Amino acid sequence: MEIHLKGSLVIDYPPPGIFELGRATIGGYQVDAHLSKFLDEDVDEGCAAMRSATGLKVSRARPRRLAGLVLAAVLVLSGCAGAGSLGAGDQTIVVAIVANPQMTDAVALSEQFERDNPGVDLKFVQLPENQARAKITASVATEGGEFDVVMISNYEAAQWAEYGWLENLQPRIDASQGYDADDFLPSIRDSLSYRDSMYAVPFYGESSFLAYRKDLFAKAGLTMPERPTWRQVAEFARELDDKQNGIAGICLRGKPGWGESLAPFGTVMNTFGGRWFDEDWNARLSSPEVRAAAEFYVNLVRNYGSVGASSAGFSECGTNYAQGEAAMWYDATVMAGVNEDPAESKVAGKSGYVAAPVAKTEASGWLYSWALAMPKVTEHKDAAWRFMRWMTDKQYVHTVGEQLGWTRVPPGSRQSTYEIPEYQEAAKAYAQPTLDAIRSARQENVLTKPVPYQGIQFVGIPEFQDLGTRVSQQLSAAIAGQVPLDEALAQSQQYARAVGDSYQETR
Amino acid sequence: MPARSGNRLGRASLTVLTWIIAILFVFPIVWMVLTSFKSEGDAFTSPPRLFFEPTLEQFGNILDRGFLPYLGNSAFVTVVCTVLVLLLGVPAAYALSIAPVRGTSNALGFFLSTKMLPVVAAIIPLYVISQNLRLLDNVWALIVLYTAMNLPLAIWMMRSFFLEVPREMIEAARVDGATLPTVLLRIILPVVAPGIAATALICVIFSWTEFFYAVNLTAAQAGTVPVFLVGFITSEGLYWAQLSAAALLASLPVMIIGWFAQNHLVRGLSMGAVK
Repeated sequence: MEIHLKGSLVIDYPPPGIFELGRATIGGYQVDAHLSKFLDEDVDEGCAAMRSATGLKVSRARPRRLAGLVLAAVLVLSGCAGAGSLGAGDQTIVVAIVANPQMTDAVALSEQFERDNPGVDLKFVQLPENQARAKITASVATEGGEFDVVMISNYEAAQWAEYGWLENLQPRIDASQGYDADDFLPSIRDSLSYRDSMYAVPFYGESSFLAYRKDLFAKAGLTMPERPTWRQVAEFARELDDKQNGIAGICLRGKPGWGESLAPFGTVMNTFGGRWFDEDWNARLSSPEVRAAAEFYVNLVRNYGSVGASSAGFSECGTNYAQGEAAMWYDATVMAGVNEDPAESKVAGKSGYVAAPVAKTEASGWLYSWALAMPKVTEHKDAAWRFMRWMTDKQYVHTVGEQLGWTRVPPGSRQSTYEIPEYQEAAKAYAQPTLDAIRSARQENVLTKPVPYQGIQFVGIPEFQDLGTRVSQQLSAAIAGQVPLDEALAQSQQYARAVGDSYQETR
Repeated sequence: MPARSGNRLGRASLTVLTWIIAILFVFPIVWMVLTSFKSEGDAFTSPPRLFFEPTLEQFGNILDRGFLPYLGNSAFVTVVCTVLVLLLGVPAAYALSIAPVRGTSNALGFFLSTKMLPVVAAIIPLYVISQNLRLLDNVWALIVLYTAMNLPLAIWMMRSFFLEVPREMIEAARVDGATLPTVLLRIILPVVAPGIAATALICVIFSWTEFFYAVNLTAAQAGTVPVFLVGFITSEGLYWAQLSAAALLASLPVMIIGWFAQNHLVRGLSMGAVK
């Protein structure tokens, strides 16, 4: 790196640490200013050395927070492009994560990691799911290098591994004693692997199941079977729907978005025998099976769903259910944490949890995981891995349980979590159903026909984000009654065909 | 006197209507302020609770999550950008109004045309350029962009203020032997000062609230307040109180500046609106 400086250079170094300037050409002189691991007084010494070597005014800034910016400003204004490498002395690991509750807990606990790993500074960028996904994709795809660790889902993991964007973690996993990757739930582990190597390590995993209000069922003299069918669920919803008292029969997502309404609807479509594409990438959204599923879902929501269902997502349904305004709720297994928290929920302790309802298949439910991955261009790979290991280790589960409470443990990633007595006790209403749901969430269990893609509630191709969102908009419009169902399906089929065509051409 | 009573009735209903509209507009903000002092449990009860035990818990959580660096970035970007816009925009507006140069209307049209491209269309090239210049996650990238973004607006605004300055005043000063710097500083500046304040405030507001560039071009170092704010939106969990508290903290500086600049702003805006 060559730095051309004019005028004065302000050197500021509040925390002693590693300082690398490299070689600078200053006014015809070449200065080797390669200092490392210096102490506070070394800064003054370094300034003096540079002063005598260059004849420039080299001074030390007063310790202020903005001084870092002053340094950056001076360098930028003098036409230097290497400001980044003058950054922190310690290794700074920048982590981009999705701002869900369990991740926020991890950020709060990360001070312990920093204490145990001196010399590693953690910085977090927390964004909501959509922004995080867009930002992480842009950064990883263009090798932007802003992040050392990124949070991705099983939708991205295999695709990005195939593109060569991610570091293969398998060698590091194998070399990490006591990390025990065999402890990860198999369906989750497979969904984060590409060619038998893991490219992301799961922080938590989820499937979907059905929550129901035991008290309301008892009052109505109804019994929820262990493995209900959708027909039974529709019947229950009809009986329990009590609009006068503000209780909806069932809460289901209707909010547009491939990660919103399409997640539950996708599982309904699968178990009714539908699929997005057949083995030859022919779009199959106009098939009788998909039509039956869509008609069922739309009618169920329209007749016995909550008010404003066409714009209800996980949060809205969660609010409704926790306020006692719905008799059933089919959604992500992590919802149990919200329902059973007495601080947030009026119905804590009143719910039972059973497997995702089915129609033609033995099992149903989706599979989703938030996991940590390392972009190929990450500079501090060892430190990054140490952090990833810390956040996905067995020990982390204990740390959360003991310090924040056992209901806040990230669920669904490790078998061993479900063997902890305290967790079993705290999560007894839903621990086993969650584990069962995740274990059975495999394509061979929840689909009736073969498909050419990875994924259960999503199609594992990059086009799906756009395709899924468009189709979900049609679904929402049908739920809201703005568009007749057949029209919505015809439009969806057209979108899917355009995508399928491009795959047929490239085969 | 039917006409007068009708008039009074009309005026009364107009007052009521104004109040209703004002309350409708203010309500979400009042609600945000109320919610920010609630506990999470109180925040999403149905029906909503008006009376509750206020708590500062949420604000504590937010400060724990490292709000200050974001605040510092936002303040730095906003101040530098506003100063740059005024330094570049005020002389440009002067040249395009009081002492028009050749091609004035073309220049004005060009400035405006830069606002016509939707920002989303420019983000990919901007991202790649920032990356190549190693300006990703750097506040200077935001400063350059915000300056470019606000400059056309500032020039147009300031131009309308300069056009308000009576020609006769300038000529009279000239006749009295005032030099150009004197005319600028002692005649024109006092007249357009409210306009400068209004322009600066608009620039501050736009820079402070800008989200799209900030979220795409920053990461851990250079994030601004809106980027911090959305970190409280979550797809799994219910955190209305915390989000409200973060939103309140984020909007507070602009509200305070707006409050102080209120008189200037109203005068400035209405003065510009006459033309």
